[in-house]
Amino acid sequence: MARSWATKPHIGLWAIGFWVVLAALPLIGFVSDSPSFDYYLFMGQSMLIYAIAVLGLNLLIGFNGQISLGHSAFFAVGAYAAAILMVHASVPYWLAIPLAGIVCFGAGFLFGFPALKLEGHYLALATFTLAIAVPQLLKHKSIAGWTGGVGGVLLDKPDPPSFLPLSVDQFLYYVCLIVAMALFWIVFNLLRGRSGRAMMAIRDHAMAAGTMGIDTALYKTMTFGVSAAITGMAGALSAITVAYVAPDSFTLQLSISFLVGLVVGGIASLPGCLIGGAFIVLVQNSSQSISDWMKDAFSLRYDVPAWAIYGTLLLLLMFFLPNGLAGGIAAIRGLLSRVTQKT
Amino acid sequence: MEFFIQQIVAGLTNGAIYACVALGLVMIYVSTDHINFAQGEMAMFATFLAWAMIDAGVPYWVAFGLTIMVAFFGGLFIQRVILKPLENAPVLALVVCFIALLSIFNAIAGMIWSFTIKQFPSPFPSRDLFGNGLVSAQQLGVVAVTLVMLGLLTVFFRYTTLGLAMRAAAQNASSARLMGVRVSWMLALGWGLASGIGAIAGMLVAPIVFLDPNMMAGILVYGFAGALVGGIANPLGAVAGGFIVGVLENIVGSYVIGNELKLSFALVMVIGVLLLKPAGLFGRVIVRRV
Repeated sequence: MARSWATKPHIGLWAIGFWVVLAALPLIGFVSDSPSFDYYLFMGQSMLIYAIAVLGLNLLIGFNGQISLGHSAFFAVGAYAAAILMVHASVPYWLAIPLAGIVCFGAGFLFGFPALKLEGHYLALATFTLAIAVPQLLKHKSIAGWTGGVGGVLLDKPDPPSFLPLSVDQFLYYVCLIVAMALFWIVFNLLRGRSGRAMMAIRDHAMAAGTMGIDTALYKTMTFGVSAAITGMAGALSAITVAYVAPDSFTLQLSISFLVGLVVGGIASLPGCLIGGAFIVLVQNSSQSISDWMKDAFSLRYDVPAWAIYGTLLLLLMFFLPNGLAGGIAAIRGLLSRVTQKT
Repeated sequence: MEFFIQQIVAGLTNGAIYACVALGLVMIYVSTDHINFAQGEMAMFATFLAWAMIDAGVPYWVAFGLTIMVAFFGGLFIQRVILKPLENAPVLALVVCFIALLSIFNAIAGMIWSFTIKQFPSPFPSRDLFGNGLVSAQQLGVVAVTLVMLGLLTVFFRYTTLGLAMRAAAQNASSARLMGVRVSWMLALGWGLASGIGAIAGMLVAPIVFLDPNMMAGILVYGFAGALVGGIANPLGAVAGGFIVGVLENIVGSYVIGNELKLSFALVMVIGVLLLKPAGLFGRVIVRRV
């Protein structure tokens, strides 16, 4: 797999233009008085949060070749860390997000050690078990003083600073956007540099990478840590925007939805992470209407649940578009340029 | 002491079910080197089919047999249609496929039969067997079914041509192909068997935990743990591992960590075995040439 996009000219211009559009979207709120606008803003926040979580997972799976089905655990650790810091230690939200990232880096780094010995299916298996065990762990009574046990933790949405004429939801959208931009920028540069090349070398052939003098163990655990930190910060953002964390929202299903986002957007593609994040939220929000449409179109007797749609889509993508939507777009562009060159 | 023995017996009963799940996983692992994350949901789906049949008035053992047949052909079908084209695909694509199957089975079961829990009948009476409150007929029945199944499988793999062909295909695909074994179909047969064994596990566990689309998630994890403890490439080891995990889980759960952390115990076991003894207790260490 060539990583041509990172070295292409004008990629920076495209990216800047894209982010400017994303930044301009909440301003519609000043001219539109649609009552559902706040809801759209919340959807936008969720999309960015999922995009960050998928980014973390993509760094690990797409660029380092370590399969994780347990990233819901790091998302949960990030969400709980932020919530506990904000509620019990009165840490401001802007500090809680990076702190949650640091906590998750530690957790991911530690989990990365046993993961070193595991490959492919076995790593998937160990992380799968982690994802299933986490909700139970979060509910345990020995930590219920902080985590609130089954009830979870309620927190307050931060108020926008008084010098900005923004509503709470507009403000939170910008918080998510700034964190997302910062993390995408960091990962973009990480991947273009020495560390990124080392990560990809390990993915493509671990033994050859080791022979070339790359400390594979160090890079693999570090990647696990960074990946967990990024996903953990997404968790912190979700705690802040939803203003509530509960153990049962961090199930295996959450991990699977990250995986869906990853596969839909495209494995080892940074723009794909944003596509994937948006896709997860769109399907979750419109699963009822998709189900209604399918019931009409195929005269089904039952509601079609979102998970059946996710699952079917995963299968279809693996068969027909293994590089995801971003890969599909790139393939179409390559085809077009070849056609135009011939004429 | 009586409590301790009760815990062991209950552990053996659970262990029998974990052993079935583990056996299904080993069946697929041995023939294709894949770990089937959808094993639990396939079993759950088959159990729902059995429930629907029994609900419609079919006698229990008829429904039991029919469900195993349907599960067998279902597994065969999944391997032929979905996994065969991906035989040479990277691991990630396969893991994604298994996760997709897991989601689809879970969602469809919920769609057809709803997520409310249902009672599943047990063919064995729950009465006390020896009058001292230690072993119930239900528990003995579960263990007996597992052991009978294990015996049949052993006979199948030792003494039938088909069983031998399957083992040959799993051990050395290219040599087996030269000997005229249709290797690809042997893999499909492995899937069918795994699916059938899974269905048995589902029907045995459903009376204990009640039937709902999410019933197998935890059990699958214990099945994984059992398969790993015994050695994931060794059917007999997997069964022993399942029993070991069942007993340990119950003892540790009631004396050391309490019931809330049982799943975390499974996590610790999975990671512990993978780290300390990846081949399992009864497995062979595989040396790879590079």
